[in-house]
Amino acid sequence: MKLADGVETYGPEAERRVGFFTDTSVCIGCKACEVACKEWNLVPEDGLVWTGNSYDNTGELSANSWRHVAFIEQQAPDPLKRGNQDFRWLMESDVCKHCTHAGCLDVCPTGAIFRTEFGTVVIQDDVCNGCGYCVTACPFGVITRRELSGDGAAHKCTLCYDRLQDGMEPACAKACPTDSIQFGPLDELIERARERCGDLVEAGVSEARLYLADENDGIGGAGAFFLLLDEPEVYGLPPQPIVPTKHLGTIWGAAAVAAGVLAVGVAAAFFGGDE
Amino acid sequence: MTATSPTDALSYYGRPIIKEPVWEKAIPLYFFTGGLAGASDLLALGAQLSGNPRLRTSALAAATAGVAISPYFLIKDLGRPLRFLNMLRVFKVTSPMSVGTWIFSAESTATGIAAACRLFGVMPRVRATAQVVAGLIGPAQATYTGALVAQSVVPAWHEARRELPVLFASSAAASAGGAAAILTPAEHAGPARRLGLIGGVAELAVSKLMERRLGKLVGSVYHEGEAGKYSRLATASTLAGTTLMARAGRHRTGAVAAGVLLLTGSLCKRFAVYHAGKQSAANPHHTSIPQKERGGRAVTQPSRRTGNGSSPSGPTR
Repeated sequence: MKLADGVETYGPEAERRVGFFTDTSVCIGCKACEVACKEWNLVPEDGLVWTGNSYDNTGELSANSWRHVAFIEQQAPDPLKRGNQDFRWLMESDVCKHCTHAGCLDVCPTGAIFRTEFGTVVIQDDVCNGCGYCVTACPFGVITRRELSGDGAAHKCTLCYDRLQDGMEPACAKACPTDSIQFGPLDELIERARERCGDLVEAGVSEARLYLADENDGIGGAGAFFLLLDEPEVYGLPPQPIVPTKHLGTIWGAAAVAAGVLAVGVAAAFFGGDE
Repeated sequence: MTATSPTDALSYYGRPIIKEPVWEKAIPLYFFTGGLAGASDLLALGAQLSGNPRLRTSALAAATAGVAISPYFLIKDLGRPLRFLNMLRVFKVTSPMSVGTWIFSAESTATGIAAACRLFGVMPRVRATAQVVAGLIGPAQATYTGALVAQSVVPAWHEARRELPVLFASSAAASAGGAAAILTPAEHAGPARRLGLIGGVAELAVSKLMERRLGKLVGSVYHEGEAGKYSRLATASTLAGTTLMARAGRHRTGAVAAGVLLLTGSLCKRFAVYHAGKQSAANPHHTSIPQKERGGRAVTQPSRRTGNGSSPSGPTR
């Protein structure tokens, strides 16, 4: 497991990296995580609407939804059930991934987004000026601005930074009745998740896979990773997310070349001689 | 299953995977005014060095107008406008917006000093120095916005990361040439006309290159909806502007018409890029399909895996 970008600046004050392992195979879709998060973090209401998409009326992660339970109804046999079933539920509680290489943190121009001593990513809402750059830099669509009735700043999951500082687990994990959301030191969680995934595959759930548990992926692995039972896109997750900063050198290089081309173009305009 | 076309690709109720940029029309407007200012400052410096005071004055006027209106657009689009100064707390090379804030601060200060000295006819050496500084920062001012949008997860922007800065530079050159050709008597406006021509032709060529780079799936945004509309408008205006500038640029009316067309083309190009980003962000397949084709390793399966690999699931819709 990699150290999260920026944690080294804490020196001896750095804490052990913590995170979430969300095991979707035991999620029952109760949304206790969503409610606990709203209650603890005073996250405002995000519109009382019916989406028509199964039991999902939250819709997506946003400034006003820091946990989101996805519901997928599939015409497919459930390998965990006996009998001639041709239907299965997929439920997944989604959350900010607290990436090792966090795009939102990289692009934030005010320093409002920072890496905590626990390796998590937090927005200081009293510093954020709502420029919206982090919204375009998140490979998972986690962040939005709290518009209109809100404060106009960007908001997202803090992994309950206040609770962590008091040695408590985040509200969603605390409230989860099936331990689908597990909180703990990230290296322990990854080990446990690998074991669980292997057990499921041996039990016949060939589709079981870990998502974002690999430190060599495009975001350097995540502080919140998942055990999924189908392709990531089925849950609305990107299959191979990449932090945009990965191409920072190419982008600044292209800008430097472009600036040079412009200078040459202007110079050429003066050396054209008069027509 | 491996999805090959949008119709059989997987998604969660067709919802976007990433969020649509929250930026509103003020941002493409700034891309235009900021680009105009940057390229105009460089044109003014060229005029200063080549001893063409008429052209220098009109290019400086265009640059001053650009830097004067830009802060309005930049601050207006913030969710917390009163906190705009928080941008000046930090300097981060990983954030083109942070770097750009400093570029724009320096550019607008230098341009303001040069313009004030010109207006009041004082301190000619300060004015000349300020013009050199503004002219040297100009290319950075005209191109960093291309890097800014490229540094995102928006497919139509990130996948065009090699082309966007030079597209914005070309577009800025076309607008600066057009503006100066409008403001300068024809006998002094030769470099402005040629800059408009060079910029216009480059803008058309780089746009083609960019669309080719984006490929069929993501590149389709430039043929659909608002992005398609502005893209066609930009192409028509810039094509007409360059043609007219080449044919009739030495006549007053021809120069004015060609300048207006080049400015319109540049403005529409920024709106085309802006809408292309919004449209590609809204489509989950623009995010998922190129990622799958690229391969990678976000998903790990245990080595004891015994399944045959076929998915029991079909598309969710």
